[in-house]
Amino acid sequence: MAIAASRFGFGFGPQDDPGSDPRAWLKAQLQGPDPGLESGAFAGLPTGGQAVDTLKADAVARKAFLAANPSGQGQFHGQSGPNARADATAQLNFAATTPFSFRERLVWFWANHFSVSAQQNQAGAFIGPMLREAIRPHVTGNFTDMVLAVERHPAMLRYLDNDVSFGPDSRAGLRTGRGLNENLGRECMELHTVGLAAGYTQADVTAMANILTGWSIATSDKGADATGFFYRPFAHEPGPQTVLGRQFDGGEQAGIDALTFLSTYPTTYDLLARKLVTQFVADTPPPEAVARISGVLRETQGDLGATSTALVDLPQAWVPGQKLKTPFDYVLSTMRAAPPPPDQKPPDIMGILNQLGQPVWGAPLPNGWPDQAANWAGSDAVMARIDWAYTYSSRFADAGEDPMQLADNALGPLLRPDTQAAMGSAGSPREAMTLFLTAPEFQRR
Amino acid sequence: MLLSRRATLLGLGLTATLGNVRFALADAPTDKRFVVVLQRGALDGMSAVVPYGDANLASLRPALIPPAPGQPGGMFDLGGFFGLSPNFPNLAAMYQSGEMLPIHAVAGPYRTRSHFEAQDLLQIGTDDTSITSGWLNRALAEMPRRDGGSYLGLNAGLGMPLLLQGPVYVDSYAPEHFAEPSPDLLARIAALNSADPLLQPAIAEGIQAANFDKSVMSGNAAATPGADAMSQNSGGAAGSGGNIMSDDRARVPGDVPKTPGGFPALATQIGQLLAADGGPRIAVFQLEGWDTHGNQVNGLKRPMTGLDAGLLNLKTALGPAWAQTCVLVITEFGRTARMNGTKGTDHGTAAAAFVLGGAVQGGRVVASWPGLSDSQLYQNRDLAPTLDIRAVAKGALAQHLGLSGAALARVFPGSGDVSPLGGIIRTA
Repeated sequence: MAIAASRFGFGFGPQDDPGSDPRAWLKAQLQGPDPGLESGAFAGLPTGGQAVDTLKADAVARKAFLAANPSGQGQFHGQSGPNARADATAQLNFAATTPFSFRERLVWFWANHFSVSAQQNQAGAFIGPMLREAIRPHVTGNFTDMVLAVERHPAMLRYLDNDVSFGPDSRAGLRTGRGLNENLGRECMELHTVGLAAGYTQADVTAMANILTGWSIATSDKGADATGFFYRPFAHEPGPQTVLGRQFDGGEQAGIDALTFLSTYPTTYDLLARKLVTQFVADTPPPEAVARISGVLRETQGDLGATSTALVDLPQAWVPGQKLKTPFDYVLSTMRAAPPPPDQKPPDIMGILNQLGQPVWGAPLPNGWPDQAANWAGSDAVMARIDWAYTYSSRFADAGEDPMQLADNALGPLLRPDTQAAMGSAGSPREAMTLFLTAPEFQRR
Repeated sequence: MLLSRRATLLGLGLTATLGNVRFALADAPTDKRFVVVLQRGALDGMSAVVPYGDANLASLRPALIPPAPGQPGGMFDLGGFFGLSPNFPNLAAMYQSGEMLPIHAVAGPYRTRSHFEAQDLLQIGTDDTSITSGWLNRALAEMPRRDGGSYLGLNAGLGMPLLLQGPVYVDSYAPEHFAEPSPDLLARIAALNSADPLLQPAIAEGIQAANFDKSVMSGNAAATPGADAMSQNSGGAAGSGGNIMSDDRARVPGDVPKTPGGFPALATQIGQLLAADGGPRIAVFQLEGWDTHGNQVNGLKRPMTGLDAGLLNLKTALGPAWAQTCVLVITEFGRTARMNGTKGTDHGTAAAAFVLGGAVQGGRVVASWPGLSDSQLYQNRDLAPTLDIRAVAKGALAQHLGLSGAALARVFPGSGDVSPLGGIIRTA
């Protein structure tokens, strides 16, 4: 049970009621629409389109502010930053409290697969909307639908520069002298779909970038759709393009067709399978497990619900302790195992993860965060985690919670006698909490 | 040295710890410092070291060329053909004083334009992907071990780069912010993790290193037996209460202190550690912000000025040890010779690298310039490589750290046709 919750979800918490069949409990989480969207926890957060409008309004207001304050007095604060923080906070809080934490881990897994960093191009304004509009609706749906939703979302278009990429021979390109930016064309092939194993060439990358020209962003009054996507025909490179031997005619449809082709390419399924098994089984993914998951993806043409079900049925996924928690896993599982006492100021999960080296929506490069132990087991990373555990445990100094009970709930039979003994002889509840949270059976998943 | 409560209560007795450090001091296998700065994201070498003397440059990238040397905001001249980016005033001064060596048209043995594959290959030092350790870790394996157990290798930051991954244990350092458990509690945590193959060594090393770091950072690099440690180590637990998150660190999603922005401060701290007797001798930094697909002139300002300031801080913090220092600044590949449609550059092939330090024979540019005409460009697209990055690394390891030819062959397997670049290090 503890394995089910920590290997597949974000760890066991008081909200979890798995019954007697952990596999059935996990599979049931894959039914129905996204529980976060259903819950109303994200009510009032902006759509992608609203976020585009707000960013534009911020820019206009900033200009007016600077005009009125030529000496640079004061500092302008737009609405996009607070909105993005509220969005991240709402989605993190949901992850920390949902009884559907397997489903939620899948949301963050796919968000990391399609990593967008708030560090660049003001893309942070759109990441929350991207999770809600392009990831969550498709986590148990079809991979192609997710690819199409993500690649045309303002978050990705902005992050990988496609909103400013012009076909060199397009009308707008010829008029303005602007031209191609191949960033999204390359990364959507390398990272999101077929991978380097497909053996594509520079010509394929250029062709894919040409195909995606015109996929851009606009405010709602310019006719963008609800997510903020806007197709600019005058920026689109005219004429057919060939990617991996397949020819695509021009126009917006070419991008849809090409992404559909890439998202169902055989090496795409191998890439996804390897990544999923690394996340849900072991840092060195067993080849037979990868083959199994890749096979399910191929047979179902990218059905992510069936694929996730197959992950639960992998016998290799039920060996305890094979994965070291990333800082993200570690902090969320701590919040679940030992929820912050309600009368205290809520923990600032974003601030904590900044300090632990894994800022939310802040992976430095488009390949997202690694989840192998070698990346997170350096001595300072481990010591920082211990220091944070001790810091967080101060919340339980007099909270009336029994650390032993919390540890037993979270870890069940995985809780070792050594840890129990050390906790039992600890000098204070805070120390007992710290020992629980830093025991190897809790640091692993 | 100020010994923390951690050390004393853990039984890392005063004498033992100090003895180790002192012994290491007396018996250090090398006093040479070697630092690698990884520029992740692919630096545009022709923006860093601008071949303004090449007649084809202006037509390839008209909007990306800084003003000429001598103009306001102009580049720093490097001998009439190359100019150093105006974002690098401190590097220019080091060039002037003969301790900075730009190297151009350099690339690894791979021709991928994938950041991620190329970064891996740059760090494993070969195009044989069956190898899983970094070349600097293998170089550490070739160096004599210290008596006394202190480690030579140090990673600046929390995430361990592939360059340093491998069988030799490498420490890591990042500034602390959280409260710390008492030494006694830490000992119990260590005991609970004693059977864990990953967590046990990390915690053991963390405890030992914390003591050393504190003594250095507090300005007491020289050992001071008997000094009261309490004042150094008592701040953590006190006053944290339930409000640890009330600090004022940024809370924008993804708003980590950016590495280039944070590099100057980190460089000072790492420089102090490297300078200290018994401290680490080999360190790695990872900087981001080089993947400039659009509006590159603006986009490079921040990472470049951060790099420039940080390298000066490193020099300052190293003090006299700078004279025994060699810093290698490398990136996974260069960028397209032509400007793209958004005043940026896309993924290319050859780039520029820098070697600097008091030990370096600088003040000149090493480049066998391939030219920039259409037919001279690699695939009519990128600056063509004329020097293997492994030649630079091998030259530095051989001349600065004294690695033998046989050792270099183990560090860079399959590189028999790549001779070490000569003349990197000053001969006394």
